[in-house]
Formats: sequence, structure tokens, C-alpha cells
Amino acid sequence: MRNAFAREITRLAEAHPELVLLSGDTGNRLFDDFKAAYPSRFLNCGIAEANMISLSAGMAMSGLKPVTYAIAPFTTYRCLEQIRVDLCYYNLPVVIVAVGAGLSYAALGPTHHSCEDLAVLRAMPNLTLLCPADPLETGLALAAALTAPGPVYLRLGKKGEPAVHAAPFDFQIGVAQRLKAGKRVAILSTGTASHLALNAAESLSQHHLIDAEVVHFGTVKPLDTHCLEELNANFELLVSLEEHSTIGGLGSAVAEWLSSRGQHAPLLRLGTPDRFFSETGNRKYVFEQWELSPEAIALNIFQAFQAL
Amino acid sequence: MGPDFRKLDQLSRSIRVRAVEMSYQARTPHLASALSCIDILVALYAGEFLRVDPQTPQAQERDRVIFSKGHAAPALYATLAESGFFDQELLNSYNQNGAILAEQPSPGSVPGLELATGSLGHGLSVGLGMALAGRIQERFYRVYALLSDGECNEGSVWEAAMLAGAQKLGNLVAIVDFNKWQATGRSKEVMALEPLKAKWESFGWSAYEVDGHDLPALVDLLRNVPDGSGKPVAVVAHTVKGKGVTFMEDDNNWHYRIPTYEEVLLAQSELGVSHI
Repeated sequence: MRNAFAREITRLAEAHPELVLLSGDTGNRLFDDFKAAYPSRFLNCGIAEANMISLSAGMAMSGLKPVTYAIAPFTTYRCLEQIRVDLCYYNLPVVIVAVGAGLSYAALGPTHHSCEDLAVLRAMPNLTLLCPADPLETGLALAAALTAPGPVYLRLGKKGEPAVHAAPFDFQIGVAQRLKAGKRVAILSTGTASHLALNAAESLSQHHLIDAEVVHFGTVKPLDTHCLEELNANFELLVSLEEHSTIGGLGSAVAEWLSSRGQHAPLLRLGTPDRFFSETGNRKYVFEQWELSPEAIALNIFQAFQAL
Repeated sequence: MGPDFRKLDQLSRSIRVRAVEMSYQARTPHLASALSCIDILVALYAGEFLRVDPQTPQAQERDRVIFSKGHAAPALYATLAESGFFDQELLNSYNQNGAILAEQPSPGSVPGLELATGSLGHGLSVGLGMALAGRIQERFYRVYALLSDGECNEGSVWEAAMLAGAQKLGNLVAIVDFNKWQATGRSKEVMALEPLKAKWESFGWSAYEVDGHDLPALVDLLRNVPDGSGKPVAVVAHTVKGKGVTFMEDDNNWHYRIPTYEEVLLAQSELGVSHI
């Protein structure tokens, strides 16, 4: 996804002469093409995320459209107050790009994990949260983010994410997308977990004879409540799945919305648990440990469905 | 030619009294913090070098003044009103429910206000972004960020300082209102703030020290930007917290205290001005 981002921002910079790319000393060689094409519009802001976010606000106030790029936990938790005050309070058109969502940097340990970012950012007024599923959608989401009137958080994985979308589509902020039609059970996924959702649906079908629908929420905020309305009316079990804590992310957002309905389908929230993963292991290993492999997810869903 | 410094002195007195009266009327603290930076604001706005026009406060080529110590807002409000950005009548509604002028500035509330501050450690970074934008867009405006000395506790100030130094942004100015106090202690004791001028120099800035109540000296320094060094400019302005009202000077109780009516009368008498 980061390569797709680098390619697309270089391409989009031509149509957006006000676009400026700011890096938190992240992405070595990644932006060589951008720098070669637009040397005055790239700035390495150093390992100083708080300053980078605030200065992006100053640039946006002066008519530029800054896109900041840094590793997810550093460009969120460390500079949350700068995001809140300088970007959200002013509703400035700055795109905060976070690379390494969830457990993308699993092996680097909890300092580099980002499983709480959506939880803290979802509470920020004016901030749009975009979580594309694959490299193709990364470019589409970036293009949409650049036309948004206010701040946008663009949550990316790392590299080598498998394709979820077969062909370009009309990405719209706030509109969820059905990836697979199904019956009775609907999996609502976001970001890098949407590929996992498709695999889990496949496992559900093969091992448990459940034909689950999969709906990808490329936007976590604002939430696509029209889509939720339909899912709530037409499915017996809703499942949220995200590479993020079950506290505060998509699952919580869906739960908040469902709780405002008189009658609603039960919701199984799947994601990372309320603890740090402090052993050693790569992303696949951590997912297995936390019962987030396609098979474990499918079994979990099957059991919840049986218990209805 | 140049500014008539007798007029500037009178303006400073008038704004000081305004700050005292606003604190009294609106029951707001931070009066001494406002009094220490008023001469700096007067030098900026009345020194006849700042490229701002109250008729076109959003002009792209304007110089920007970032008032980063938002807790001292009455000083800024009164200066902007005296400079013609809005009607002085508005000052009377300061901090009333539903009023435009909040205790600490809110975005776009009045013409001339560049940034809603109140949380320390933001102004220099935002100003740095504006200065960088000017360079990218080839607009030759200057950005003056007025910081408090306590604010220099914030790490983000030094993040901004280090990047501005590396970028050699000659159109960026940091002015530190060095009144020697922060909320609950001496600023050089709470943190190792000194030597402050040398700190800025070591971060790649061209740094100066000045008596922050000497209007001709302030105007001389602040108009000379860029200063030819190719570096951003830091002005360590030595000031007195509570300056202008003898019984408030260098008494940190006035960080939070609100004057009584009798104290307002005394201040008005000392400064020879009254608005209420």
C-alpha cells in the first residue's frame, strides 16, 4: 500500500499544484520520484511529529494542501493534541497518512503496533477516517481525501497487501462497498482486515456451510448508516472485523449506531484484544495467537450463529 | 522618519489599562502575562513596518503575527482594536456568554487574529508552516510568533526551532516574552531555560536580546527582518511580568489574581488613562 501511495501521490501532484508532501523522516527512497518531479513540494520534517502536524496546519491556512506521512502510532498518539487543535478545530484540509496500521509492524513490538488509533481519532470532530483495503483503493482514497474540505486520516498497511478490488471503482467518502453477497450473516470489515474477511467468508462457506456477505467500510467516519440500515434489516448476525482493538474502532462505531435502533441484529465484534502483544512474532503469528486467522474467525462466527 | 514613540508610549499605556479593565470586568486571570507583552505588540502593530492592513486582513502577502500565548488574549484584542481591525466597543463584551471575544481566542473570531491559541507550544510550529508556505509559493511575507518563556518548556517549540534552523527560514521570527515567570514558578528554575539566546543560536537561529519594554529598540530589531544572516530570527525580549502597574510588577500572584475596583482605579491613575 505504501508503494501505491507513493506512486499515486506523485501522479496526483500534477493535478493539485497546492499539494505538499511532508514526511516524518519515513519512507527512505519511497518518494524519490516525487522529490525529483516536485523538489520544492517535499519536506522531510524530521522525527518530530507534533511539529509536522502543526506546520501542516500553517501551510493549509496559507492555501497549500499538505499530506503528512509517518508511521501510524507516531503520527497519532504522540501528536494527538496537534491533530485535535490545529487540524480538527480549524477543519483544515490536511491528509494525515499513517503507514503500518494495526499489526503491520508486528515484529517491532507494541511500540510500533497501532490498534487504538481509530479509537482515539474517531472522537475528533471534523476528522474523516479512511481505511482502504488494498493498493488500488489506497490511490482512490487518496484522491478522494485531496478533495475533502477538512482533515482526513488515511490508514494504510505496509506493503504486499493482496488485492481486494478487481478493478477501479467510484470511491466515495462515507460509502461502504459490498465485496461479496451472502445470506443471514454479514461481515463488516475495514482496511487491511477486509481481505481477511473474504478469506474468513470462504472458510465459513467451506467448513460451516454459511454463505456470509462481506461489506467493506473504506470509511470508518462518517459511518455509512444507510448501509447499516440495510444490513440490520436483512441479516440475522452482524460481525465486525478490523485490524484494530475491539474497543473504539469500526465495531464500536457499529455498536453505537445499532444501540440507537429499537430492534437490531446481534453484533459479534472481532479485532485485536484489550492487551499488548509483547511476545515476538510476525503479523501472521500474532493473528494466529489472537484467533484472527480465517479459520479461527470462521469458527468464531459459526459458533455465534449457532447460539442465536 | 519612523514612528512617533511618544504616541507609541501612549498607546502602550492605553492598552495596558484596557487589559486591566478587561480582567476586572470579565473576571479573567493572566493579567500580568498580558501586561508583559504589550510593548512587543505595540512595536509590531504600530512600528510602521508590519505589512498588515485592517481593510484587507486576509491579504495573501500580509505579514503574519502569531500570538502563541493565548492566555494573554486581552493584550492582543486591545492592540488589534487600537490598530483598527475592529471596533473598540467589542472589547466591552470580552468573555461574556455568546460574545465574539473569548477568554482565549477562537478561530476567525475577529479580523487580524491569525491563530486560535491557548494551548502552548503550537504557535511557532504553525508559524513555521506559514513561513514555509510563503517560500513554496514565492510570497515574501514575514511571520512573527510571540511566545511566552514558560511556553518554551514545550518540546514542540524546539522541534520547530530545529527545523526552521535547518531550513534557514529568514522570514520567520520567534519573539520570547521573557518575563521570568511561568504559572507557578521562576521560568529559569522550573526548566533550564537559560542561556536562552544561546539556545536559539545553537538551533541555527540569529538571536538577539532586547529590553522588551524599549519601544525604539524593539522596532529597530523587529523591522530588520530578514536580518541578512540567512537564518530565522529569535528575539529574547526581557520583560517584567505585570509591567506598568507598580503593585503588579514581578509579583507572580498576578498570574491568576483579578483586580478589585480600587486596584483598577490605581492602575488607571498610574498609567494616566481610563476607558471605564
